[in-house]
Amino acid sequence: MRPWLLGPVQAAVALLLAPGLVGAIRWMKARLQSRAGSPPWQPYLELRKLFAKEVVVSSNASWLFRAAPFIVFGSTVTVTLLVPLLAVPLPFGGAGDLLVVVYLLLLGTFFLALAGLDPGSPFGGMGASREMTVAALAEPTMALAIFALAWGAGSTNLGQIALRTLSMPSEALAPGHVLAFAAIFLVTLAETGRLPVDNPSTHLELTMIHEAMILEYSGRYLALIEWAAALKLLVFFSLLGNLFAPWGVASVITPGALLWAAGTLALKLLALGGVIALVETHIAKLRLFRVPELLSASFILALLAVTASFLLR
Amino acid sequence: MRALFFLMVTGYATGAAASLVLGTGPLARWASTLAAVVGAAGGLGLAAGVCMGGAVFSLAAPDLLASAGGLAFSLDGLGAVFLALTSLVAAPSALYGAGYARAWDGRPMQRQAGFMLNMFLLSMSLVPLADGTLTFLLCWEGMSLSSYFLVMTEADHPEVAGAGQWYLGMTQMGLACLLGAFLLIAAGGPATFAQLRAAAALLPAGTRDLVFVLAVVGFGGKAGLIPLHVWLPRAHPAAPSHVSALMSGSMIKMGVYGLLRIGLDVLGGGPAWWGALVIGLGALSAVLGVLYALTEDDLKRLLAYSSVENVGVIALGVGAAYLFQSLQMLPAAAFALAAALFHAVNHAAFKGLLFMGAGAVLHATGTRNMNRLGGLIRGMPWTAALFLLGSVAIAGLPPLNGFVSEWLLFQALLPGIGAPSPLVAVLMVLALGMLALTAGLAAACFVKAFGITFLAIPRSPEAAAAHETAWSMRAGMIVLAAACLVLSAGSFAILPRLSAVAAPLVGLPAPGPVLRAGLTIQTPDGLAQMSPVIVGAGLGVVVLVAWLAVKGFASRRPLRVGETWGCGRVVQTPRMEYTSTAFAEPLRRIFAEFYRPTEDVSIDFHPDSRYFVHSISYRSAILPWFERYLYAPVIARTRLWSERVLALQSGSVHAYLAYLVAALVLLLGWLVATGRR
Repeated sequence: MRPWLLGPVQAAVALLLAPGLVGAIRWMKARLQSRAGSPPWQPYLELRKLFAKEVVVSSNASWLFRAAPFIVFGSTVTVTLLVPLLAVPLPFGGAGDLLVVVYLLLLGTFFLALAGLDPGSPFGGMGASREMTVAALAEPTMALAIFALAWGAGSTNLGQIALRTLSMPSEALAPGHVLAFAAIFLVTLAETGRLPVDNPSTHLELTMIHEAMILEYSGRYLALIEWAAALKLLVFFSLLGNLFAPWGVASVITPGALLWAAGTLALKLLALGGVIALVETHIAKLRLFRVPELLSASFILALLAVTASFLLR
Repeated sequence: MRALFFLMVTGYATGAAASLVLGTGPLARWASTLAAVVGAAGGLGLAAGVCMGGAVFSLAAPDLLASAGGLAFSLDGLGAVFLALTSLVAAPSALYGAGYARAWDGRPMQRQAGFMLNMFLLSMSLVPLADGTLTFLLCWEGMSLSSYFLVMTEADHPEVAGAGQWYLGMTQMGLACLLGAFLLIAAGGPATFAQLRAAAALLPAGTRDLVFVLAVVGFGGKAGLIPLHVWLPRAHPAAPSHVSALMSGSMIKMGVYGLLRIGLDVLGGGPAWWGALVIGLGALSAVLGVLYALTEDDLKRLLAYSSVENVGVIALGVGAAYLFQSLQMLPAAAFALAAALFHAVNHAAFKGLLFMGAGAVLHATGTRNMNRLGGLIRGMPWTAALFLLGSVAIAGLPPLNGFVSEWLLFQALLPGIGAPSPLVAVLMVLALGMLALTAGLAAACFVKAFGITFLAIPRSPEAAAAHETAWSMRAGMIVLAAACLVLSAGSFAILPRLSAVAAPLVGLPAPGPVLRAGLTIQTPDGLAQMSPVIVGAGLGVVVLVAWLAVKGFASRRPLRVGETWGCGRVVQTPRMEYTSTAFAEPLRRIFAEFYRPTEDVSIDFHPDSRYFVHSISYRSAILPWFERYLYAPVIARTRLWSERVLALQSGSVHAYLAYLVAALVLLLGWLVATGRR
């Protein structure tokens, strides 16, 4: 296999797994709440339905509204070319590090927020304003957690970070590592619109964040945005899974190793999805103005992570 | 080189003369524009020559002002970077100005603005060329005064006059500090920078510290570092938009230039606390600047506060360079400085673009209040697309140039965590956190700036009737938008040049750390890489593939246009939209401790029933900390003393004669007492 093909293969695997991840979380949540729930493959059916449906666009909307889904989808897919989902090092690994990943995702959020404002609906504005607030406040945590990781590995390069943990397995349980994991886990909840920051299954106007922003979307545009959202969740999970516990990630490119990597990735995703399902079953949504408290807690964790990694070097 | 220097000077000088001589019509407007563009081309060529060749250009003119020792010019790498960024904004601004100034045809302000614009460009381009105290201060003051007159172009507006006063006051205060700093180094009068360098090496540590603090106050005021930023959000909105673009894009960077010239070149760096001071001021300016920008409803004031933020970000890099140099981490210092210089150049490109976009909006609608704008993307598609590009760039999002310099600054601060002293490590970690918070808030701020201004339903009839601007104005914006793209795509080629400029300033041999590997840029240790070209290309390919796939495989049913959903309400009015104030409300609540907002809601009920509301008026203001607690007491005290001094001015000739005699007696007495006669 040609090495550069690894990028597209990763993207394809991620695109294939992402709706299943969302479906699995929903199913596990339903079982935990003693509901029958829809089958885990339901999101695939929804995507097929949405791609086949007619598109309705607001008369107030401009070209930006129609371009944004592609930019959101495109930026998220680009991220999957950079994150070590299956293998390290990656063919495009030198083109972007962890900071590029975070800011490419922010680029998607930026355009989604603009698209929320475009139709002139009060809900869209509300969603855009809240989404950008949460995104802005999550940024410092993410940066510090990145640097806690980078300080250990000597680089913000994703492959380097994963390889370093692979070569020194004891590092995985170092305090700096664990604290950074906790910080990024909290940021994941905020960035991917999960409880307690946002409720992915509500359409109650006053509490929505992400759903309010995309309220005006329909048909194939909505399909792209939903798919990108699922992909973003998968990216955050695989950062958590493969940077902090990179076992299973292929370091030699053979079909067997890649299959094994895909299998372990799926297991890690399911495990993290189970944690999310458990968390979402146990806690209620926070009031919007309590969210900063959660994010400052994650900031403190990240600060401790950096401190720990340079005190215990 | 000489030819390019004279091309630049004659270009600007011809432009100034053309404005004076050719009247107030289109001929004068275009002649002065053309000359300015030629001047800018000369400046850019000169800067590029010095940057590429590495040799220092110098030219002495001892006959000019011979009594004071003559003028001297020289351009090294550091100066070339700042000359380049000035020339980069100068040509598009002049072009844009040709369209913008059409409204002044036939009025005296046309002549004044054309003349002053060229003088401003000339003096600002000569600041980084100046070699020696006299030349530097002359150019510096020329730049300050000409920009003051440009701010005052539309002096018939009352707010403009107030803005001018603040600007003049702050700029003269800064000049006083600079004079003090220069006198402390070379008490003997005018000196070249080489003489200053020699003199500075002999200064005692306390004096060096004092010089540095004076330079921070003097140059920091020009750069707009908080708490010396108060003139900036007043003067920038008051000035014509191409002048705002120049002031924000180039002039405030001269403060950064001065700080580097005095602190790193002349003084040769200092103790660690210098760096910590600059980092502290930078972090404060970055975070507070963007917080003020977020709550601003006036588009140009928002951009002005965002300039405070960006100067803060640059100062973070400059401060890190000082700090690393004092800790003998020289490659890290050179890298931090190169990152700061790159951000300065990038900010010139996108802030110039954004100010011009704001000017186009102001021109088309007559208002800068975002709560009265909206929907301009339909009437002004060009301006909207260009403003969007600038917004993505300034928000630090990949693959544009703002992201590249932000990435570099993140990487530049990272080695600080490994500094020997834990105090430095903690400072760096906090600086990193502040930088990240700034980046996040800037993204929110520019979603607001673009989204509220250009998207959704127009919030006023003027916004609904907005029209696209003249081609000359669009051309100015297009040039800077292209510059944003080139700076990002070409960063792998530009960065090694900046590294070579930065290295000698922190005491490294010439080429400096290697910051390039093929198409990617990398940190000095080579461990972290990033390639804006590849990321941008990848993004483009993925978006294209997605678009083709959707076009090929998704439903082909035609797009239906419908009403926006409003909970079943059929008629959609602009009053139902989110406004600029509403957009910032969550952040205003979260940072309420800082903003201390005062709110005043008055509801006018229907006389018959309290269930119907006639009108609601809402007024809110945030606490202007610095004006109230720092400047107001100083101004009050000054006024008090001025009034006391007023008592001397009785208006009686006898009294004045008595003062003369008293002064003479005192002087003679002093001469006798000191034994000079």
